[in-house]
Amino acid sequence: MSATIQADPAGPAGSASGLSLRRPFGDRAFQVTALVSGLLVLAILVLIAVTMSQQSTTWFTTEGWSGIFSVDWDPAHGKFGAMSFVYGTVVVSLIAIIIAYPVSMGVALLLNEVVPRRWAQPIVYAIDLLAVVPSVVWGLWGFAVLIPWLQTTIYPHVASAVNGIWILGNLFGFLNGNYVSGASFFTAGVILAIMITPIVTSVSREVIATVPAADKEGAYALGATRWEMIRGVVWPHSQTGIVGATLLGLGRAMGETIVVALVMGSAPVITSHLFTPGYAMPGVIANQFGEATVGVFRAALIGMGVLLFLLTIIINLSARAIVGRNARRMRGAA
Amino acid sequence: MEQQEQKVTAKLQPPQTTQAETYAATDAAKVLDARNVSVYYGSFRAVTDVSLPIYQNQITAFIGPSGCGKTTVLRTLNRMNDLIPAARVEGDVQYHGASLYARGVSPTAVRRRIGMVFQKPNPFPKSIYENVAYGPRINGIRGRSRLDEIVERSLRQAALWDEVKDRLNKSGLSLSGGQAQRLCIARTLAVEPDVVLMDEPCSALDPIATGRIEDLMQEIKSRYTIVIVTHNMQQAARVSDRTAFFSVLRDEKPGQSDIRTGVLVEYGATQQIFEDPRDDRTQAYVTGRMG
Amino acid sequence: MAVTAAGRPAVDLGEPGGWRRAKNRLAVGAMWFAFLCMLVPLGFVLAGVIIKGASVITWQFLTSSTIPPNVLPANIGGMGPAVVGTLEITAFAAVIAIPLGVLGAVYLNEYGGNRPLARLISFMSDVMTGVPSIVMGLFIFTVWVIPHGLTGYSGMAGSFALACLMLPIVIRSSYEMLRLVPDSLREGSYALGATKARVTLTVVLPAAAGGIVSGALLAVARAAGETAPLLFTIGFALTTNANLFSGANTALSTQIFDNVLQPYTGAVDRGWGAALTLIVIAFIFMLAARIVTARFARYSR
Repeated sequence: MSATIQADPAGPAGSASGLSLRRPFGDRAFQVTALVSGLLVLAILVLIAVTMSQQSTTWFTTEGWSGIFSVDWDPAHGKFGAMSFVYGTVVVSLIAIIIAYPVSMGVALLLNEVVPRRWAQPIVYAIDLLAVVPSVVWGLWGFAVLIPWLQTTIYPHVASAVNGIWILGNLFGFLNGNYVSGASFFTAGVILAIMITPIVTSVSREVIATVPAADKEGAYALGATRWEMIRGVVWPHSQTGIVGATLLGLGRAMGETIVVALVMGSAPVITSHLFTPGYAMPGVIANQFGEATVGVFRAALIGMGVLLFLLTIIINLSARAIVGRNARRMRGAA
Repeated sequence: MEQQEQKVTAKLQPPQTTQAETYAATDAAKVLDARNVSVYYGSFRAVTDVSLPIYQNQITAFIGPSGCGKTTVLRTLNRMNDLIPAARVEGDVQYHGASLYARGVSPTAVRRRIGMVFQKPNPFPKSIYENVAYGPRINGIRGRSRLDEIVERSLRQAALWDEVKDRLNKSGLSLSGGQAQRLCIARTLAVEPDVVLMDEPCSALDPIATGRIEDLMQEIKSRYTIVIVTHNMQQAARVSDRTAFFSVLRDEKPGQSDIRTGVLVEYGATQQIFEDPRDDRTQAYVTGRMG
Repeated sequence: MAVTAAGRPAVDLGEPGGWRRAKNRLAVGAMWFAFLCMLVPLGFVLAGVIIKGASVITWQFLTSSTIPPNVLPANIGGMGPAVVGTLEITAFAAVIAIPLGVLGAVYLNEYGGNRPLARLISFMSDVMTGVPSIVMGLFIFTVWVIPHGLTGYSGMAGSFALACLMLPIVIRSSYEMLRLVPDSLREGSYALGATKARVTLTVVLPAAAGGIVSGALLAVARAAGETAPLLFTIGFALTTNANLFSGANTALSTQIFDNVLQPYTGAVDRGWGAALTLIVIAFIFMLAARIVTARFARYSR
């Protein structure tokens, strides 16, 4: 068996010919296609920022900084101050995460630390079911069912109970006599809270799952009860991460449109009374876009869209950074 | 250190011997020829200055303690180290006289001629038939009857045909460990490579399955050239024609970056390596005093 | 946390008494209460939709070709145009977003590795999942509807907006699935002389297919229920428009939104019927995703 190199370009086994590099076209094309698809994400984000800002410049040039953030919203008279919507967005989202934080944490701990594997599945299914209910259905139910019920049964009693009490009265008390409204900041906040619990729970679960089993076993080995172990081991490890998860929920709540459009009462006012109507950015955009044919009006609405975009990006960046840092610390410690 | 390295390289000439060797070293054709191969992972030199020829239609075994670079050297023979981003190969590997690492050489083409079987069987999550047909398909073979023929031939060569011929459509993942490994061998043989590299193919298998694969190796030896990395000295002694013993370079001075680099200590006919090793370290290893 | 038994009798293997046990029980009870807080609204909304919507749903409701004026009661006409709209618009969005998303995930996992560009794309893709859907709707309005004037309103524009929404979700879930495919499979394919594209297309993607499909179905379920992206892109229509590429369209979600505030009971009833239909559609996709995961996702966490 001699080792001559055969000249056959098809190169059967046993020869060294045909080893030359032809990076096949298909291979290269596939790689490029994949890269372009990935770049699409960056392209879209940049385009959103650029094109929408362009469309909203007349709002800025007409109103200026002070005008944009004034409380005066009166399209019929050319006034486009967005402060009341910013206020509404912030208040409603805060209510949402204040309610969602303990609820999500409780359910996350329940699933990860308390319930045995087998029984966790139905609970997870229930959470998934909650997550899949479309926001417009929440809006419909909120408007048709929840609002009337709250307005007649709950709010008046709470308001009369706290009326006159120092801070509580300002938050939950009557406004001008006997006035509470089912369509209000608080109602929107509650429904938003329900809507964001699935994602806050899910991310919290991921965070809690990174707590090293060795640490937990150490606590149990010292004779701790389940709650003591959670308080002493799980809690310190996951605290930051759960904050990140809640921030993610905050971002979601801020961007939610239909609920705030239908359930908040559509009143562009700034008030501390949570049982009275208000308005939020996504809500006014959705509700009034149809009438916004005049240039500045539409520019104002799109401008608020830009504001929303920036706000949620910042919140999401921080949230992911916090959750990421927590995860990395866990991996390092484990 | 220099002295030791020189002593090492001096071992690398195939022994000119008149012992009862099946193949005289200079008669058999050289299929692969590693020349001064060093492999770096980042700045860590995993393998230093390995030179050895692999001869056609022989089974060559790489033996040695853990971490001495046997698998790393094996993977340089079919450019699988390319898949590790931090890996860098110095030196050259010649294949029938042509360099595998020359500019312009396609690793894909290299691997079609030099196949590999891995330590842990890795059948694709496809049917048994599709597992074996995968290689020929990507090489452009289309016709159903032709593929059937190749699949049967490969499974026969891998001593698996009788066991699976009635269930070629079953998933490759449904096979036992030994069967799965023979499937992977069949898959490799289906593309009719020149050389088959095996990285501890039996370490995840029970003794019976191991025996079947060792028999298989002897049967296909006449058609292929085989290089096998093994932890099992008895296996190397049973199965191989030539054996290369690797070890970790001893370093008297602590703090050297070469403190754990792998080197080729001795290489020769299997019988000679096991019965009359020339190097102390080889002697220590094969008699069980080391590693 | 440390438990000292100082002063206790030698062998006391009972449960920790008194306050500690109570605290433990309370805490676990509070967690169950939290779960209840989630279940109760879910139960109410599902019950409400089923009760109020079931009576409205008839074959005619689902398949009629026009949506009647709001004044008319619910047993006349139906939401057929909206059903068609939702299904078509969502399907087209899926056709756009799923291949692009999977390819993007392929880039991140198979080619990008640890390179800065890949890490940036991965991070930004996560951030993009948090961009509100209304922004996507406004975005497509800005870049598509405005330049095209009135003819810009179409089902296709709605699909674009939904696709922007789905893209980062599909990328993220596909990426996680690709990551789970063991490297030994890739090595086995490389060792047979396959190119990287071949390895990815013939071994990696098929192995991850179950998980990828499941993730995609969940993204579709989410998109089907969205309203805000469609509000600014599909316009308004009362008759079935099967043509995605020209003419305004309607969808179940936008119809519900329009009907909620109507003073006419007929319109509101139609809204409930549409809500039930929408929930059933989303639910079917979610179920399909579960089934695919259970049967085909070979490598799942």
